[in-house]
Amino acid sequence: MGGHSVEEISKEVRIYMTVFASLLVLSGVTVGASLLDVSTTVAIIIGLAIASIKGTLVACYFMHLISERKAIYAILALTAFFFAVLMALPAMDLQGNEAFSGRV
Amino acid sequence: MSAPVIRYIDEPHPITGLTNGKLGLWLFLASEVMLFGALFSSYILLRVGADSWPDGWDVLNVPLATLNTVVLISSSVTMVMAWVGCRLNNLGKFRFYMSLTIALSLVFLVIKTIEYKPKFEHYEAFLADGALVKGYEGSESITGHLDENDLDKDYILFSPDAVQHGTSGDDEHSDHEKGGEGHAEQIRINRLDIDRLTNFGPKHSNFYGLYFTMTGLHGLHIVGGIAVNLYFLLFGTGMFRSNPAQFSNRIECAGLYWHFVDLVWIFLFPTIYLL
Repeated sequence: MGGHSVEEISKEVRIYMTVFASLLVLSGVTVGASLLDVSTTVAIIIGLAIASIKGTLVACYFMHLISERKAIYAILALTAFFFAVLMALPAMDLQGNEAFSGRV
Repeated sequence: MSAPVIRYIDEPHPITGLTNGKLGLWLFLASEVMLFGALFSSYILLRVGADSWPDGWDVLNVPLATLNTVVLISSSVTMVMAWVGCRLNNLGKFRFYMSLTIALSLVFLVIKTIEYKPKFEHYEAFLADGALVKGYEGSESITGHLDENDLDKDYILFSPDAVQHGTSGDDEHSDHEKGGEGHAEQIRINRLDIDRLTNFGPKHSNFYGLYFTMTGLHGLHIVGGIAVNLYFLLFGTGMFRSNPAQFSNRIECAGLYWHFVDLVWIFLFPTIYLL
C-alpha cells in the first residue's frame, strides 16, 4: 500500500488516475465489443475477458491486492476455490440431467 | 473496573500483519463473493437451460447502464482519493472526495430508478389457446400499456405497442425501452382470452427475475455503502482529530467494500446487459 510520505502518495495517485482512465476505456471497449457480429460463445468470452481485466485492475490497485499481506491472499485463495465449485455446480447438473435441456 | 480495550485497531496484529478491522472486512467480502457467486451460478443454470434468451440491447437500457458504469467507476476513484486525504491528514480533501463519492452513489441510484420505472409500467398479456383478439389473431401475446384492469369487469382495456414483439422464436420479448414510441388504438381483451397478464417486473420471466434480483441486490449494497460513507462524512471528524490512524483504517475498510461493489458491477454489466 506504500508509505505515507507525500511523494509516495503522489505516485499512488498517478497510478489511481491511470487505472481510472484504463477502466473507462475498457468499459467503452466492452460495449463496442458487444456490437460485434460474433457467436454468443465468442461474445461471452470477449465480454468476460474484458470484465476480468477491469476487475483485476480494481482489485490490484484500488483494493491494494498487489501489495497485500499473505493472510489476505490465503482468504482469497479459499474464496476462489469455493467460487469455482459454485460455478462448476451448474455444469455438473446440466451434464447429469439430460431432460433439463429445453426447459425454460 | 476499566473498559475493555479492543486491540489492533490502528496497528497491525503481529501474526496476521493486518488490523482486526481489515481482516474482518476481507472475511466479509469473501462471504459476499459467495452470495453473488450463487446468483451468477443460478444465472448460468437458467440461461443454459432456456430455449431462448433475450438480447440485453433489445430489452434493457444499455446506454443508461453504460452511464452507470462510468458513474460507479468514478465513485471508486473518489473513494480512494478520500482515503488519500486521510493519509495526508487533510480533512478538507477527505470531505470533498467523500461528498463526491456519496453524490455519485446517489446518481447511480437515480439512474437505476429511471431504468426500472418503464419495466413496471409496461405490460404483456399472454393470450390463451384459441383466443380471439381482433387484429392479433395467431399472436401468443400482446405488449403495451394497461389502461384499465377493473377486477369487477370481465375485460381489460389495453393500448398495444405500435410495434409488437412475439414471445417465441428469436425475435422475442417486448422492447419496452422503445414502448413509448407509439401505441396502436386501445383494444378490449376479454379475461377469458388472457392466460397471464404481467408487467415486465421480476415475475415476467426468468430473465427479468434474475435481472431484478441481481441488480436489486447490488443496489442494496450501494444503499449500505452510502449509509456507511455518510456516517464517516458527518460524524467522522471527531475520530479524525483524536485518532487519525484508526480513522484512516476505517476509511480504507469502507473503501474496500465500495471497490467490491464496483467490482460486482463490472461483471454484472456485461453479463446482464450485453451478453
